[in-house]
Amino acid sequence: MASVRPVAHTPTWPVRGFILGSIGLVFAIPIVAMVEFTLRRGLAGGHDFSRWTALFQGGFTGPYRTVLVALGNSVGLAMGTVAIMLLLLVPTLLLVHLRFPRLRRLMEFVCILPISIPAIVLVVGLAPVYSVLARVAGSGVWTLSFAYGVTVLPFAYRAIQANLDGVDVRTLSEAARTLGAGWGSVLVRVLIPNLRRGILAGAFIAVAVVLGEFTIASLLNRITLQTSLLVVSKADPYTAVILSLLALTFAFLLLLVIGRLGLVRTGRRRPTTGGQS
Amino acid sequence: MIQNQLHNQNRLPARTPANPATTARAGAAVRFEGVVKDFAGHRALAHFDLTLHPGELVALLGPSGSGKTTALRVLAGLEATDAGSILIDGVDVGALPTSRRDLGMVFQSYSLFPHLSAGENVEFGLRMRKVRGEERRARAAAALALVGLDAHYDRFAHQLSGGQQQRVALARALVTEPRVLLLDEPLSALDAKVRVALREEIRRIQTELGITTLFVTHDQDEALAVADRVAVMRAGSIEQVGAPEELYTRPASPFIADFVGLSNQLIGRVLHGFAQVHGAKLPLLDPSQADGRVTVSVRPEDLELGREGAPGVVLSSSFHGSLRRTTVRLEDGSSLVVQHDVRLRPTVGDQVGVTFTGAPVSVDPIPAPI
Repeated sequence: MASVRPVAHTPTWPVRGFILGSIGLVFAIPIVAMVEFTLRRGLAGGHDFSRWTALFQGGFTGPYRTVLVALGNSVGLAMGTVAIMLLLLVPTLLLVHLRFPRLRRLMEFVCILPISIPAIVLVVGLAPVYSVLARVAGSGVWTLSFAYGVTVLPFAYRAIQANLDGVDVRTLSEAARTLGAGWGSVLVRVLIPNLRRGILAGAFIAVAVVLGEFTIASLLNRITLQTSLLVVSKADPYTAVILSLLALTFAFLLLLVIGRLGLVRTGRRRPTTGGQS
Repeated sequence: MIQNQLHNQNRLPARTPANPATTARAGAAVRFEGVVKDFAGHRALAHFDLTLHPGELVALLGPSGSGKTTALRVLAGLEATDAGSILIDGVDVGALPTSRRDLGMVFQSYSLFPHLSAGENVEFGLRMRKVRGEERRARAAAALALVGLDAHYDRFAHQLSGGQQQRVALARALVTEPRVLLLDEPLSALDAKVRVALREEIRRIQTELGITTLFVTHDQDEALAVADRVAVMRAGSIEQVGAPEELYTRPASPFIADFVGLSNQLIGRVLHGFAQVHGAKLPLLDPSQADGRVTVSVRPEDLELGREGAPGVVLSSSFHGSLRRTTVRLEDGSSLVVQHDVRLRPTVGDQVGVTFTGAPVSVDPIPAPI
């Protein structure tokens, strides 16, 4: 009897190599081009590290110091946005899921809405709000995190809701309550650990969106990484590209750290050994 | 009590009696008094009354939508009552949140916390009661040993089978020595063999610990097998409550007779304290029944298959291990199921006769047409 070949669930090595190679190229080409651009020696031709060494030997002084300040602003904004997401969105989603399931459609509509509004239109609406906010709470860069909280809403909502749908939140919370846990303990000890993946994915996206956002910051006259890079690029395009590369590396490392947090003790990869008993 | 049991079984060091979270105690008395619960216009509990005596296992049995899970959930505090009161050891717990009612509960769906190991799941309730680390782990290990899973302390839920997960859930519910144990169809997601094994284990542990238990199920076999008393629910209230044998042999109504075990519903008459059906004269479980047309409930084992009696044709016959059930269509067009010896093997189309053994029957009056 002829042997039956197992159904292939994963692509073969050449196919995998081709797919990964193609995707890698899409990402690598612009980055390699940026690096090549920063190494050019100008009209004389050839390549060297003079622009990189000049930047680092100068210690980010002069106009480049603004970039460091702007980077600090952006990181602070990212943290603020993530905090707003965690403190506002996660409890609200849980409340709707557990107590007011009929509001879910409305919640989804409200959360998805910002993705359909162009940033420029959003700013037109936000400008009068921010003029009031400036009188009440000042016009510090941190106030941008409110606007960013709105812009990351669709992405964060999707990530957390997907996780929420995959966990029997109602039964877990009821089990915890019958075991003597108050709502605070239910949230901290049971729900958040089980929604960690969704929350981290939401935080991941929030950080990425905030670090890459330009339109709202520029139109509301706040200094962030993206707006400061634009200013530098007008004076020195080579240094602007170097700073962009550094920002890219920083964002990559930051997201890597956040991603690592999600891998802490899940126990999910252990082999299953239990049978029905 | 549970801790004494755990100590005896696992030779754990005795706990400090001063710790209120670990003090052994007997099962509590539970009383539902006229409890009403409405859901969006639908009355799930209609003046529900039930008493659970200390250390007793009461099964709440009923069809889907009869309100049995709602009754358990209002006792747990997971649903608020609209009227009536719930007393544990004579104290109204209606205003207490779930977390302070001191109950253990095992759910129908697997409810182990996925991010915690089996041992940590069992420790959870003790952690909430601020039991210290070493004692907490020892008690969790002892509780897991009680359900035969002490070797699975470090396993996560996804590494356990359904039966093992429900055992861990049972250990988790018992380790805090709750006043009442609530079981919300804990076996319904398991396969038949595991279900039978686990229900016997639940009964063994419950008897050993003497914990008052409310067991919700829609499976009559399960209810009859494990319960001290069975309360059958219908449309939000108790239809009959009694020992399993009592419910089976003396059903209060054809609904109970039909729901608890198999029964044939036949049209007959009550005349002078006897039910008359298909030419047979049968004694009544309730002799005070007034004369008139009635529905008569007759158990398949109270019928005999042979050549005598009401004539009929065999429609089907099925083998059930130690017995056989045969469906016969009588001349008036009605069908009934007869339970008989496996050595008797009627075939479809056989002409047979059905006789009544004369066992007492329950009847339900048929309202006269207006």
